[in-house]
Amino acid sequence: MTASRTMRVIALHVAVLAALFLVQFVLPDYHYLAMTRVMVLAIYAMGYNMLFGYTGLLSLGHAMFFAAGLYGAGMTAYYTDLGVPLAFLIGICCGALLSLIIGLVALRTTGVAFMIVTMMFGQVAYLTITYFTDYTRGEEGLTMPASARNFDFLGLHVDLTNAVLRYNLALALLAITLFVILILVRGPMGRVLIAIRENEPRTLMLGFDTFRTKLGALVVSGTISAMAGAAYGLLFAYIGASFASIQYSIEALLFTLLGGAGTVLGPLLGSILMFYMIDIASEYTAAYLLVTGVALVLLVLFFPKGILGTIRERWLPWLP
Amino acid sequence: MSDKTTDKTKEPKSSITRRSTLLGMGAATGAGIISSVSPGFVRYAQAQTSEPIKLGFECHRTGIGASYGRWYERVANAAVKIINDEGGINGRPVQLIVEDDGTDPKRGAEVVEKFATQHKVDAVFGTLFSHVVVGAAPRAGELKMPYLVVSEGTHVSSGSLNRYCFQPGITDVRSQVTSMAPWITKNLGKKVTMIFPDYAFGYDHRDNLPPAIKAQGGQVVEMIAVPPTETSFTRYLPRIPTDTDVLYHIMVGPAVLTFVTELGQFYGSQRPAIFGFIDSVEAVNLATPQLGFLDGTYFWEGMPRYAQKDQSQWDKLYRAAVGVDDNGASKADPKDISTYAHMYGVWETLFTIKQAMQSAGYAGPKDKAKFIEALEAIEKFDEGRDHPQGDKIFNGKNHQAYGHQNISKVNGARMDVVHRTSIEDGMYEVKADYTKMSL
Repeated sequence: MTASRTMRVIALHVAVLAALFLVQFVLPDYHYLAMTRVMVLAIYAMGYNMLFGYTGLLSLGHAMFFAAGLYGAGMTAYYTDLGVPLAFLIGICCGALLSLIIGLVALRTTGVAFMIVTMMFGQVAYLTITYFTDYTRGEEGLTMPASARNFDFLGLHVDLTNAVLRYNLALALLAITLFVILILVRGPMGRVLIAIRENEPRTLMLGFDTFRTKLGALVVSGTISAMAGAAYGLLFAYIGASFASIQYSIEALLFTLLGGAGTVLGPLLGSILMFYMIDIASEYTAAYLLVTGVALVLLVLFFPKGILGTIRERWLPWLP
Repeated sequence: MSDKTTDKTKEPKSSITRRSTLLGMGAATGAGIISSVSPGFVRYAQAQTSEPIKLGFECHRTGIGASYGRWYERVANAAVKIINDEGGINGRPVQLIVEDDGTDPKRGAEVVEKFATQHKVDAVFGTLFSHVVVGAAPRAGELKMPYLVVSEGTHVSSGSLNRYCFQPGITDVRSQVTSMAPWITKNLGKKVTMIFPDYAFGYDHRDNLPPAIKAQGGQVVEMIAVPPTETSFTRYLPRIPTDTDVLYHIMVGPAVLTFVTELGQFYGSQRPAIFGFIDSVEAVNLATPQLGFLDGTYFWEGMPRYAQKDQSQWDKLYRAAVGVDDNGASKADPKDISTYAHMYGVWETLFTIKQAMQSAGYAGPKDKAKFIEALEAIEKFDEGRDHPQGDKIFNGKNHQAYGHQNISKVNGARMDVVHRTSIEDGMYEVKADYTKMSL
């Protein structure tokens, strides 16, 4: 791995973030708001990609980690006076703790069994939220109180109803996530993860503790997903059980597949494309999910590695 | 929790000003770049316009609410046609813009943002499912977008949303159960068992029926919450206490046919009185063989699906306008059963928008505050073409309409109204006051 390749990688990702920063000055109003959501969901998908794309573990219950952050932060902000920043951190911690516990159990399985176990845990998380409806309001959910929309932090007044602030907070979180993942996947851990994805028995035979590495990947993945959930609940003022449903686990998978599993920027690209595919198709037909489904089938048939995965394979082998 | 709710009615801040935005950006970036160009959102200048009044219809075209959404859309089109045929609102035609929210709260919020910033509508209306309403309402408030829902949920009336949210076209569940509890306990029995979905629309019943029954000297002896993913109910039915006088059910969705079939198998010919919400069988043909067990049972209806002997001229007119026959089915396709008990709410909401915009002299988005205040100033709706379901009282403080409810009995493959409540039957002490929030 040469220094020039490293510089090229850093330059690309800085350029992407710079573009996302600058584009806010020209984006039409709606797309400005939409991109804020897309960036938060992209963080979720990037967390998912850490496990699926780099480690080769397909989780069908990742929405539970998103929901852990969503509810950890949202309910703290709703029911306590601890403040939004602390609520955000609590949301992230909830995701980290949950992913550690789930990982210790689920990683005893592999392949299809891992998919089923994570899906079942995901369903348990969803039903837990609906079970405690006295506190969560279940499917209906909760809207954040005024104290969680306007508050003072370190002497600054923070107004989360301000779209500009929300956009740039989302962008900042995306930037942090992107570089954390970049550092991890380009470092020793990333190479072990990829080795596990390609051939776990051989990696084990080479002396690596694959269980511990996979557990690390799952905790990082779950924590990033939880951060996205915490950000989503606090930035958009709503938490609800539907975010824990399997649909949202599948969405993260689709974002990743579309953009390119195992590429750092793939989930971001996939999130943007999927959002606009649904948004535009729904203007023309009620069968927009069918349109989206057909598009995904075609993608899998002709670009099985996703958009950036294909680009990396054919033209840019240095793409992380 | 109620204190928390009350606190939230004071929620006022949400202004996005160019100045504060630029100051924030300056602090964040220290860059001079923003002095010459501003992020997209703050280039917000709603132009005064002579163009049509745009109304955004947030429709459940897909998802669990699709059968409702299909009919809500037909009703909206019929009402807008009449409004436009009569000269529009304040001399301007009404343009209906429909966006599908997939009956999903996340998409619902996105759709409200799209209406506000891309379509630049004057108001958004028509959302039914309460989790979508609750998910989208914060964004409506922060974007200062009037948001008139047709949901029945108590989210508006309880004060848990914001000043921009209204429900003038349909009553809320709390009012419905409060007004019907006396009839249930007097005519069907005092020991009530509830079966309801452990899902958004089940919670209002769970929360409000027990106190309403208790106030009448009755008791809810068992509350059976059924997960929304459930496809068979046989394991829940043995939980119904044997001394149950009344089985109160609400089971929206395709599972209702299985539910009724299994209920029939469970009870045979010996059964308690059964009272349900028509929500369970909206858009479902009562002549469906699996529903035979419902014969002789009772349903709440907002507006009677079947034309009654004493049908009002307004029901006749409304029924014709929305293309529904005397059996509550589409005139074009007798198999296409309407959501008649609820969909009048869309009609009445649209005529309420017209009334308030005319009262406010609404000329464009700059008059949104006047429009909100005009809505809050409404005290009642008279029964008539614009309000065919009946007269109503409107509470400008909690933004909720209160009206009559119908209790109908299933007679063969139709339903006949056996009791119509008074408006006063459904009144309760209102604590919420949205008018304390700033505009």
